[in-house]
Amino acid sequence: MTSQIERPNRPALSLHVPEPNARPGDEIDFSHIEIPAAGSVRRPDIGASPAETHELVYSLVRVLDDERRAVGPWDPRLDPDTLLRIYRDMVTVRIFDDRMYRAQRQGKTSFYMKSTGEEAVAVAAAHALERDDMTFPTYRQQGILVARGYPLRDMMCQVYSNRADPLKGRQLPIMYSSRDYGFFSISGNLATQYPQAVGWAMASAIRGDSRIASAYIGDGSTAEGDFHAAVTFAGVYRAPVILNIVNNQWAISSFSGIAGGELTTFAARAVGYGIAGLRVDGNDPLAVYAATRWAADRARSNLGPTLIEMFTYRVEGHSTSDDPSAYRPKNAGAAWPLGDPIDRLRKHLELLGAWDEARETELRETVEAEVRAAQREAEKQGTLVTSSIEFPQDVRTMFEDVFEDMPWHLREQQEQMVAELEAKRK
Amino acid sequence: MTVMNMIQAINSAHDVMMERDSAVVAMGEDVGYFGGVFRATEHLQKKYGKSRVFDTPISENGIIGAAIGMAAYGLRPVAEIQFADYIYPAFDQLVSEAARMRYRTAGEWSLPLTVRSPYGGGIFGGQTHSQSPESLFAHVAGLKTVIPSNPYDAKGLLIAAIEDPDPVLFFEPKRIYNGPFDGFFDRPVTPWAKHPKAEVPEGHYTVPLGKAAVVREGEAVTIVAYGTMVHVVLATIEANGIEAEVIDLRTILPIDIETIEESVKKTGRCVVVHEATRTGGFGGELSALIQERCFYHLEAPVQRATGFDTPYPHSLEWAYFPGPIRIGTAIKKALED
Repeated sequence: MTSQIERPNRPALSLHVPEPNARPGDEIDFSHIEIPAAGSVRRPDIGASPAETHELVYSLVRVLDDERRAVGPWDPRLDPDTLLRIYRDMVTVRIFDDRMYRAQRQGKTSFYMKSTGEEAVAVAAAHALERDDMTFPTYRQQGILVARGYPLRDMMCQVYSNRADPLKGRQLPIMYSSRDYGFFSISGNLATQYPQAVGWAMASAIRGDSRIASAYIGDGSTAEGDFHAAVTFAGVYRAPVILNIVNNQWAISSFSGIAGGELTTFAARAVGYGIAGLRVDGNDPLAVYAATRWAADRARSNLGPTLIEMFTYRVEGHSTSDDPSAYRPKNAGAAWPLGDPIDRLRKHLELLGAWDEARETELRETVEAEVRAAQREAEKQGTLVTSSIEFPQDVRTMFEDVFEDMPWHLREQQEQMVAELEAKRK
Repeated sequence: MTVMNMIQAINSAHDVMMERDSAVVAMGEDVGYFGGVFRATEHLQKKYGKSRVFDTPISENGIIGAAIGMAAYGLRPVAEIQFADYIYPAFDQLVSEAARMRYRTAGEWSLPLTVRSPYGGGIFGGQTHSQSPESLFAHVAGLKTVIPSNPYDAKGLLIAAIEDPDPVLFFEPKRIYNGPFDGFFDRPVTPWAKHPKAEVPEGHYTVPLGKAAVVREGEAVTIVAYGTMVHVVLATIEANGIEAEVIDLRTILPIDIETIEESVKKTGRCVVVHEATRTGGFGGELSALIQERCFYHLEAPVQRATGFDTPYPHSLEWAYFPGPIRIGTAIKKALED
């Protein structure tokens, strides 16, 4: 019961809560999305001032046109071998995601997150970086690991939290970490990796190194304070870092408008911080490659950070715990006006004469077999155990790595736990 | 040996470590050119250059987030949070990130990161420049929390913290930066120069983390304290003629339980003292540990003398501050019960 508020001669205020233009049962409608023609956006020189990039943040860098040709100044002119590697890696990610999604549904693990439709954002960008650059991913850039040749079997062992899990069963599935592959530990808390990436890049500059950092964040998480801190630090110290915002339009059930996506573009954040910014068709692997390369060359030349909005679409649910049909029209992903990154690159390769149906069939069979073989190997090391005290890891390891040396209180608790389990086994 | 106050000792610890190890960098609000609002990093930028000692934006989550990235790269950052009261924007970076990096990566990444921050009351700082948040961090798995009480320990502990492979929170009792305040706010302040622990070696040495100090031996009662309270306790027992054993904890976590246990088993009585609010404070943990381990040696319940469960008031500072009266009352209760 609210009382009538007295407001003489003043109109009643009302709260605006953004709402997507289509909900379940509605016809999906992407007509509000402006799509400039491929090749129409100019490409500033690497040494351009940040201000010279700022009109680009309201446009969209695109290379592959409707005929699947590579056009315009952003065409990275990649040789067919590189294109084929990018293609193969994206196909691998999709097949891997499908297998692990099914494994979760079969009860072999607790949780999984697919990157369907967003493969280019991770894979093509990884190919545009140097192998020893450090990436600070979110949970939807498994493509970086694949592009860098991390063993699929080890990824699966992490997903299964099994005996061979490199992270000893401590992290949720897909929260990978690999120092050797330049893949920083995924937190699970959102946006925290953004200032960390900037700090890593600052350290690289402090040491006179030549490596750069590349960070990822979602459209939704740009609302976190850590985003603001990170971009401020990156600009202030001219840190050699690429700040990617993967705008996949959805943060679980909240559309990008809840993070301010209707007010301006996410790339436009760059303007306020005075750093270089680009807005890129994230479903165009060539555009992703070219923009990443541009930003990387810039960072490596001590010219500072670039913020890149990767404009894409989350085709599947947020995770295996999510059902997007509860908040958006079914098959929204299929209607995405910028298409599918794998499909687009395949047609481009066909146009170049580097690809055909036979090679496609062969590749699919080969990758399917590789992924299946990796899965068999991973499952030899076990899958997630949820209803037994026969744990995959030695339980004593629970107390390791809290500190380098184990203090007395952890040693005591370790003994207590071992005694508890011994009692239970009797 | 040189006579140093706490600030000079902390400055010297930075200097020694920056000289020895090019991976050590210092950062924070006003830390660079100016040398910090308490001058703990004075002259360091001039000596070691701007890329190793620099000012940061007013962004505690940014400072700690960036410091984590630097530590992950392989540097040893020493980040200053200007007042412990300002540390909360960085809470997520400390609790969810720094504390767990070694664990969540199964040892692949560790973070040799030191976070320094002036804490505690007694300077009329009001509710935003007086807090003692140590128990919030002691509660977090994966963080070490250190609180020195004198210049010698401050330098040795800070060097040990910088050399430590894990994240360390280093809370500096700002009331005793310039002299060992004894809680008698109506008496003149004595400078550090007259205190034996102000004799500080100029070079490198460490005071080990996780090791308490028995600063006064006695048989009547054990008093466990840290930071400013060590001096208030010593003055209180002297004023009341009590033969107490006084333990300066020095490291909050990992806690030196052996030293406490040995003392309480000898005296059979114990008072724990801290400035922080009482409920959920570190005194509760100390008290629980003591009764778990020394129950049959105890002749009276463990007493607590602490700050009250209110925000830190400005004008009522000396009513809030756990001074000689509150501590004396707690000791009396422990002795008479």
